[in-house]
Amino acid sequence: MDQGFFLLFAAASVVAALTLVLARNPVHSALALMACFLQVSAIFVLLEAPLLAVIQIFVYVGAIMVLFLFVIMMIDVREAVLQRFLPGSNLPVLVLLVLLGVEMLVLVLRSDRFSVAEPVATSTGGEVRQLSTTLFADYLLPFEVASVILLAALIGAIVLARKEPR
Amino acid sequence: MVPLWWYIVLGVVLFVIGAAGVLLRRNILVVLMSLELLLNSVNINFIAFGHYYDDFRGQIFAIFVIAITAAEVAVALGILVALARNKSTLKVDEVTIMKG
Repeated sequence: MDQGFFLLFAAASVVAALTLVLARNPVHSALALMACFLQVSAIFVLLEAPLLAVIQIFVYVGAIMVLFLFVIMMIDVREAVLQRFLPGSNLPVLVLLVLLGVEMLVLVLRSDRFSVAEPVATSTGGEVRQLSTTLFADYLLPFEVASVILLAALIGAIVLARKEPR
Repeated sequence: MVPLWWYIVLGVVLFVIGAAGVLLRRNILVVLMSLELLLNSVNINFIAFGHYYDDFRGQIFAIFVIAITAAEVAVALGILVALARNKSTLKVDEVTIMKG
């Protein structure tokens, strides 16, 4: 049952990711990315991380993708549609990508550390409570740093996108 | 129950596809979207390991990754808007202002 669902979501996410890379129109790429994020959030539900699944949908699908679509609407993308890939020979890049993928797959499949079939211990109930206790007690400083980074990014984006006074 | 290496392999496949998008596409917007895909495939790894070894730190790191990603996208799209206004191009191979 679980395996069937996992295969379904994984296949859908891989197809959506391929559509993202291969689509001609950036709007189609954005919609494919949205579909991929939805599948990944379903996989988070399979991993018993419902909070992360909801955050994924809120932040990625709700905020980041809308930001992308706004920018696509603001900028005229029609001239960029004509040529999908970088001009010139892409063979070295393809060789590099195949090497990267094969290396990671060999390392994962040949090691016995990744063959855990069952979770070591299943904790039941109160997961979000424990998670937030860990986040706000042990990881308080990184949390604050992340909020400062978000504030800096907000101000930086406003400054960058403003028209320069001439 | 799904074995752990299925999730790792899914992360690998999504990472390679996203890297292909970053390295091969000509449109800056699609390059940024592929970058999102890369970060998301790493998140799958974090949460899978956290689930299988019963450790909350995987989910906490995933939350931080998502927060940093949101900041990165905001800054990148701001740069993109400024770039489109000043140079009126969206092709990565035509943005060579910083070339010495």
